[in-house]
Order: sequence, then structure tokens, then C-alpha cells
Amino acid sequence: MKKKEGLEYLKMGRFARFWYSIWMFICSMPGRIVNLAKKIWTAIKKAGIWIYSEVKDIIMTFVHGDWKTRTSYLIMGFGNIARGQVLRGILFLLFEAAFIFFMIFSGAHWLSLFGTLGKTEQGRHYDEINDVWVTSEGDNSFKILLYGILTLIFCACLIYTWRLNIKQNKIGQQLEADGKKLKSGKDDLRSLVDEQFHKTLLALPLTGILMFTVLPIIFMILVAFTSYDGVNNGFSKLFTWIGLDNFNALLTLADSSGNSISYTFGEVLTWTLIWAFFATFTNYFLGMLVALAINKKGIRLKKLWRGILVLTMAIPQFISLLYISHMFDKNGMVNNVLVNLGWITDRINFWENGMTARILVILINVWVGIPYLMLMITGVLMNIPQDLYESAKIDGANVFQQYQKITLPYVLFVTGPYLLTSFTSNINNFNVIYLLTDSVRANAKLTVNGQAVKDTDLLITWLFNLTTGATADYKLACAIGILIFIVIAIISLIVYNILPSNKNEEDFS
Amino acid sequence: MSIEQMKTKSRVKKLVREKQKERRQKQHIGLKTSRIVSNTIIYIILVVIMVVWLVPFFFLLMDSFKCDIAADGETRVTWQSDTIIPKKFGFDNYVDLFTKTKFPRWFINTTLVGLACAVLQTTMILLMSYALSRLRFKGRKFLMNFMLILGMFPGFLSMILLYKLLSDWGLTQDNSIFGLILVYCASSGMGYYISKGFFDTIPRSLDEAARVDGATRAQVFSKVILPLSKPILIYTVLTAFMAPWGDFMFASYIAHTRDVGKNVAVGLRDLISTASGMADHYTWFCAGGVIVAIPITLLFMFLQKYYVEGVTGGAVKG
Repeated sequence: MKKKEGLEYLKMGRFARFWYSIWMFICSMPGRIVNLAKKIWTAIKKAGIWIYSEVKDIIMTFVHGDWKTRTSYLIMGFGNIARGQVLRGILFLLFEAAFIFFMIFSGAHWLSLFGTLGKTEQGRHYDEINDVWVTSEGDNSFKILLYGILTLIFCACLIYTWRLNIKQNKIGQQLEADGKKLKSGKDDLRSLVDEQFHKTLLALPLTGILMFTVLPIIFMILVAFTSYDGVNNGFSKLFTWIGLDNFNALLTLADSSGNSISYTFGEVLTWTLIWAFFATFTNYFLGMLVALAINKKGIRLKKLWRGILVLTMAIPQFISLLYISHMFDKNGMVNNVLVNLGWITDRINFWENGMTARILVILINVWVGIPYLMLMITGVLMNIPQDLYESAKIDGANVFQQYQKITLPYVLFVTGPYLLTSFTSNINNFNVIYLLTDSVRANAKLTVNGQAVKDTDLLITWLFNLTTGATADYKLACAIGILIFIVIAIISLIVYNILPSNKNEEDFS
Repeated sequence: MSIEQMKTKSRVKKLVREKQKERRQKQHIGLKTSRIVSNTIIYIILVVIMVVWLVPFFFLLMDSFKCDIAADGETRVTWQSDTIIPKKFGFDNYVDLFTKTKFPRWFINTTLVGLACAVLQTTMILLMSYALSRLRFKGRKFLMNFMLILGMFPGFLSMILLYKLLSDWGLTQDNSIFGLILVYCASSGMGYYISKGFFDTIPRSLDEAARVDGATRAQVFSKVILPLSKPILIYTVLTAFMAPWGDFMFASYIAHTRDVGKNVAVGLRDLISTASGMADHYTWFCAGGVIVAIPITLLFMFLQKYYVEGVTGGAVKG
């Protein structure tokens, strides 16, 4: 297929366009990779130039600086205080004092052990005098890793603040030489509700995100390169850096006989992607159909239909999911009804067989997801300009043509980004899988190191079981977590590139 | 063009017009019948859908009232009973749930967590989305991209570190509600999308007018925009309050098998997680499910308008 332009592209049908854009994306891959390499190279060059100019600026400020500026190189904030910006100066000074204090009393210790994650094991020796076993405290790898990260972050903060301090001195000196007035502490405080208002707003949420998301993610990424698990828990037995071993275990090509980590990983990953695909698209299209049915002209009691479906969303998922899961049990309601009706004689064990369990999970997920989709698509449908339909009617388009040419493209266009986010959240859809498949049996072929894995397990539920099970294989869970991230990032990148929202923007404007 | 030709042309035109009229009339009748047929089909489909969606809840309600006694006259029949309507109605399951399990404690735990989340999460999301939507500052785009990438990591893995930290601070197991509140709320600023979509729709000329009148940016926020954002505030409060009722993953990890620290989801699920639990406590679970569902559903019914607005308006832009 060669490149098509203008009219030729417009002549194609919707599906042809879709395939065409995917094909073009694949064709453009080599070019993209070259581009990416170029971009990385220019970024490196830019970074080099930036560092050079920063260092130069630091040196030049020192050379041209007066005694206030030069003292600030050692005592942060000195220049600010000397020039009357007491508030800023004190903050700088306090930060430096805190840093020095921290480094002397604990930071240096953590950093020195960071390379090995601890040397002295916890020891046990027999105390003959008191006739007891005494445990001598050793290093704690977990703490060393955590505080090592924190110390490194602290160091980076110090370098940043030190640079800021020098910049401010430079500006201050300049203003002083020009005979202008410097900003006072009062001005600084006032700007926090005006020019710098975003800092006031973002301070709390960003602190939370740094503490509870960024720090744990850095920690998690590092754990993936260590031997941290239930046995080597860093306390009674130390753990240490092991490089890429965890990823090797996950990604080495396995034979299809099973019972190896990489085989299980391959199977679970495949099912996760299949699940995410079906869960997203079945929900999406069936939800759209229900929305269309309810919003069709001439259908009465619209509010009632919508209201009932919306209300089912109010009931917490765990109740409905657990209940429905047991409805399909061997002794559950569905089998009871079927037997009583005389349709079957032998009770069906839906959860026994991997295949029926998988199909059932997808079907029940439709039940879970349709109300939300119905609601969202109703909102989109109401925004479609009605004159589009009227002119289509005058041109003699029937209902299906209208759907195909107006409704579907419009809805797809508006909800394109939603489809992507829902796909990625389905990859991590813990609740539906975990609560529904409580009674599914583990697949013997997928079981590794005594860790049971079911046919229906997604990466996220596998990961949950890995971290909560008896073996508590944190290192493997973290490596899987990083691989989930890579999968999601790649899919997002591809979809963003072929999403209609990016290309045919003028179609509906 | 000769006169003859013109005449034939107009005659043809007339004929065509008459034909069209006829066809349109036919079509009209055809349309009417076809519309009736299609509407009836749709009504049937809708009724079937409503039945499918409501039946599990009806079954749940019936099961929660089941006090059937097995043939031996002693053991209670729980989930193996083969009738939908209970043979013997009663509130025994509810009474047992409140007296023989820690259900009241789980319910209080979840309510407290829900209330705290409603306040804290709403604050976080409001601050974040307002700053990202209506203020322009250096690093704004970077911040949004950064959070997008952060969201691609499975959030659960943060628990490896957070559980250790929280348990060092004594906020897990028996005190797990405090740990849960921290975990739910601390980084909730990342869920700013829908709220930002709402703020984006408020015209910027409002801000500018207030700025011209000498208001600071903080005053624009508190006096101009905040009074306008009631719908999105209610939506955020509602979703924040409801989320802890359904969460299983974090709650079970933090409670760590301690009965006192569970939320309703973990508590009720653990009742029936084993085969013997299923046999003994299944109807209790159903009763618990009904008790949990009632207040949430009522709350939802009152605030449904705002929820619908939030989903239909904001989710699409997200």
C-alpha cells in the first residue's frame, strides 16, 4: 500500500481508513525510530549545553560577585539577608542547616550502605549466663534502600536550592547596582495569593503525590533489581542488588510444557490483553446500543429506563460481583433454576473449566459496565446536532445508514480518548476478576513455586497474589509491575497515533 | 431549445413529481408501521434488559430473608436452597450479622473512611484541577504529562513500601482506617481529569473581568469560580464517598486479616471466602449486602442529577 493523499484518502470507507492508518503507522516505524534517536541525541546535546552554561554562569557570578554574593556560595541565603530579603534568606539558611544536620547524623550512613544494601546479617548467639538466645541487630536492607533513596532526593534538592540561591544573589546584586528596590518578604507572601497562586494551590496535592505515589514507584522500580522477597526480607536475611535477573526469569523463552515463570507470564499477559480488548469493546458497543435504544424518538419512560440502570451503579460492586459469582456456582441459583426447569440434568460447573470461566467473566463484565457506558454515550448523543439527521433523512438515508455515517463516527470521535483509558484501566481491573473468580480452580500448568495461578488471572491479580501469598515474592511483583507499565505505555503511544481524534478533527467542526 | 422539447420536458417533470408524491405517501404509511414494529421490539428489549439488571438484586434481597430449615429440622439452609422465594421469611440473618460478626464495626469503619475521603479528596482534586485548568504557569504541561505517565504504573505496587511505612507509624491492622484514608487521599490529586473538564468550560472572560476590578487570583478562585462549581463539587464528593465502599485491594492489604480493621467489602467477602464459610454465612453476606446497598442507593438517588451531569459532561473530555 502506498501513501494516499487528499481525495484518495477521503474516498476510502471508514474501515479502509482505519486499516490504512494502522498500516501507515507500521510503515513509519523505522522513520520514527530514527527520529527518536535524533531527538535523543539533540536532547543530550541540549543538556550538555545547558550544564555548560549553568556552570559558566555559576563561575561568572562568583568572579563578578561582591562579598555578599561570594559568601552565599558557602552560607546559603547570606546575600538575601544582607540585602534585606530576610524571609528568603532564613529559608535558605534553614534548609542548608537541616541538610548538614541530616547528612551528619544519618544520611552519610545510609549512602555508604546503599551500594550493598547492608553487610552485617542479623546474628543469633547463645548467652550462657542468662541461658537465652540473643539476637544482635544487623543491617536492615529495606530501610537502607528507602532512606538511601530519600537521601539522594534530599541531595538533589540541595543542589537545586543552592543554584536558586546563586541566581537570586545575581539578580539581587544587579538590582542593587541599578539602585532598584528588592522584593520584601511581604511582597513574597502577597504574591502567593496572586502571581504565584498556583504554588499555593498545588503545594498540598503535589506533596501527597510525591510521598504516596512517586516515592513508592521509585522504590518499586529499584526493588525489581534486588532479591527482595519473603525469605530475603531485608531484616532477618538481607537482600541485595541482582541486576536484571528478575526480568531474565520473566522474559526468557520457555518451552510450552509450563511450570516456569516465563511461561506463566506469557500466558497471563496474553489473557490480560485479550480480556482488556473484549471487556472494553463489548461494553462500549453494547452500551452504545442500549443508549441508542433508550434515546430513540418515540420511546417513552426514558427517565425510568435510564434511572434503573444508573441505580444499579450505586450498589457497591463487591456485593453484586460476589453474589453473581456464586449464582453461577455448581450449587448456585442458575444451576438450580435450570435443573428445576428440566433443561439440564447434570449441573454445569461454570468456573471449573478455564474457557467457560473466561467467557463468563467477560459476559458478567458487560453487566457491570453497560450502565456507565449508557450514561456517558447518552451525553454524547444529546450533543449531536439534530440537523445532521434531518438533512440525512431528506437525502433518503435509512436508520442504519444514519447510524453508520453520523452516530457512530461522532461517538467514536468524541469518546476516542475514553476508549484508551478504559482499555488501560481494564488491564488493571482488579475488582471484577478477583471477586468473580474466587471459586475458580488454579491451573496446575501455570503454578510456579507453589504460587497458584488461575486461568482467569490478570497480571494485576497475579501480582496481588504474589505480594500477599505465603512466598511474598516482591521482587518478581515489581518486575511484573514495570512490564505492565511498558505494555500500557506502548499501547497508549500506538493508539494516540492512530486515534481519529488526532486526524480528522475537521470532520465534525 | 424548441417549444416542443420544452413541453415534453415539463410533462416529464410533472410525471416525476406525481410519482414522488405517491412514493412519499406510501413511505409515510410504511414508516409509521415500521416505527411501531421497531418501537415494540425496543420496548421488549428494554424490559428484558431491566429484568436482567434487576434480577440479581431481587435474588439478593430474597436470600437475605431466607430462614429455611433443612429436612433434618436443625441445620439452616443457606445457599444450596433451590427456591428463589424463601420458604420462611425472617430477619434472623440480619440479627445474626449484627450480633455474631464484627459487621457494625466494619460499617462504621467504611463510613468514616468514606466521609474523610469525601472531604480530603474533594479538596485535593479541587486544588489540583483549578490550578491546571485556569492558571497558566511554567511546567504545567510537564506536570500533566508526568501524572499521565505515573498513572500507567500499577498503583497497587506502592503498597509494598506504604504498608511498611504505615505499619511503622501504627496505621495498619487495627487502626487501618487511618492508613486507608492516607492511601486513598494523599495522591488523589491525580484524578483531576473530570473536574478540570468542568473548569475548562467556564468562560475565561469572568476571570478577566474580576482581575480588571482588582481581584487577586486567590479572590477570583474563592469568590468567582468556587460559587459556580457546585455541580462538580457534589459529583466529586459523591464519587469520593462511594469509592471506599467498593474497594477491596487496598483495604484487605492494610487490614491484614485483622477483623477490627476491615471495611465492609473485605469483611463480608471474608465471611464467605471458604467453603465452610459459604455453607454457614452465605445468607449473612446477603443481609450485609442489602444493608450496605440501601444507604448508598438512597444517597445516590438524591444526588443522581449531579452524577449524571458529571459523567455525561466531564468523562467524555477526560
